[in-house]
Amino acid sequence: MVERSEEVKLLGMWASPFSRRVEIALTLKGVPYEFSEQDITNKSPLLLQSNPVHKMIPVLLHNGKPISESLVILEYIDDTWQNNPILPQDPYDRAIARFWARFLDEQVYVTAMKVVGKVGEEKDAAVEATRDLLKLLEKELVGKDFLGGESLGFVDIVATLVAFWLMRTEEVVGVKVVPVEMFPEIHRWVKNLLDVDVIKKCIPPEDEHLDYIRARMESLKLKSV
Amino acid sequence: MAKEVILLDFWPSMYGMRTRIALREKGVDFEYRDENLREKSPLLLQMNPVHKKIPVLIHNGKPVCESAIQVQYIDEVWPHKNPILPSDPYQRAQARFWVDFIDKKMYEAQRKVYATKGEEQETGKKEFIEILKTLESELGDKPYFGGDDFGYVDIGLIGFYTWFPGYEKFGNFSIEAECPKLIAWAKRCMQRESVAKSLPDPEKVVEFMAMLRKKFGVE
Repeated sequence: MVERSEEVKLLGMWASPFSRRVEIALTLKGVPYEFSEQDITNKSPLLLQSNPVHKMIPVLLHNGKPISESLVILEYIDDTWQNNPILPQDPYDRAIARFWARFLDEQVYVTAMKVVGKVGEEKDAAVEATRDLLKLLEKELVGKDFLGGESLGFVDIVATLVAFWLMRTEEVVGVKVVPVEMFPEIHRWVKNLLDVDVIKKCIPPEDEHLDYIRARMESLKLKSV
Repeated sequence: MAKEVILLDFWPSMYGMRTRIALREKGVDFEYRDENLREKSPLLLQMNPVHKKIPVLIHNGKPVCESAIQVQYIDEVWPHKNPILPSDPYQRAQARFWVDFIDKKMYEAQRKVYATKGEEQETGKKEFIEILKTLESELGDKPYFGGDDFGYVDIGLIGFYTWFPGYEKFGNFSIEAECPKLIAWAKRCMQRESVAKSLPDPEKVVEFMAMLRKKFGVE
């Protein structure tokens, strides 16, 4: 293995699923990194300079060079540190993995956010829509321990937003968006995830996380009134 | 005889154009099928049940959906000729970032430019020009987004060029006046056979946009 002077720094936010997924990937690969907690309400000069286009976390700085957008960062990590591969080798399987990752970020996440941010009928509609999308994930998990197959992969890492954000908000939102009767496979998959050391290490601590989500929900409700 | 590669597409789609270009860059023989989006074929619905959208690339009967994913797939399956993504991981990440930027920003902004009117259109025009200027700034003085060679970001963006005359006509502005370097880049790309063969006649696209404007009640 080539010895290089590596400097890996992650500009992130402890409660963000997009930031945490990068930490999972780095930890899975055993890449030492410096985590820099960012205040997104008062963005640091480093963040603005590193991601001038979107001005968002996470940003990975590798030897000072910035990479932005969590899915782009995950692929970069996989391309750069080749141990414990995250994406499959086969081009077709990679295409499928990339498809599900986009589906999770562009459809599931966006729709699930409406559950948190809306009230009444709009909230009910968002719950329905989220469940319809999750039924596709449920199907994918039949006969598999992880979305990546036998072991944790790209899609699992991205889908932690379902396991540890969407499903955690149920307590706060007061609606079981992902009930076990409707989604037994997803529940089984979450248990499998929690058995993985890297996951346990990298997800936000539950109590603080719930407090944070509660506070965010309140502020969202105040905005929509 | 059934071809190994089938592309379900819709002729004015700037996303479908990406996949057409990529296949031609690699010299891959494919069957092009134009879909009637008001009456989607059973094959389309079967191959893309989640989104029911074009383009869909079918390779030996297996579907790949999403144009950016298709282009990466094509580059990985046929790696030897005309590489599309850079080999360096950092350059590759930059290329992915910019195609992601195009995917996140272009669609809404360009839609407002030609399919809305009044204040919404003016806002759309401002956003659209800002997006193009950001891209132009990223291009800089390079011949292509990736440098000396035509690649992923060029493929990601060039399809929108056939819609430019329409944006200019219905938005009443000149893109060349705002972004001359980007226009020069587009003309450079058009010199490539894979691009010239994959892009429709802009006049036909203008007609198509006019038809959409009527449909949206903007005309």
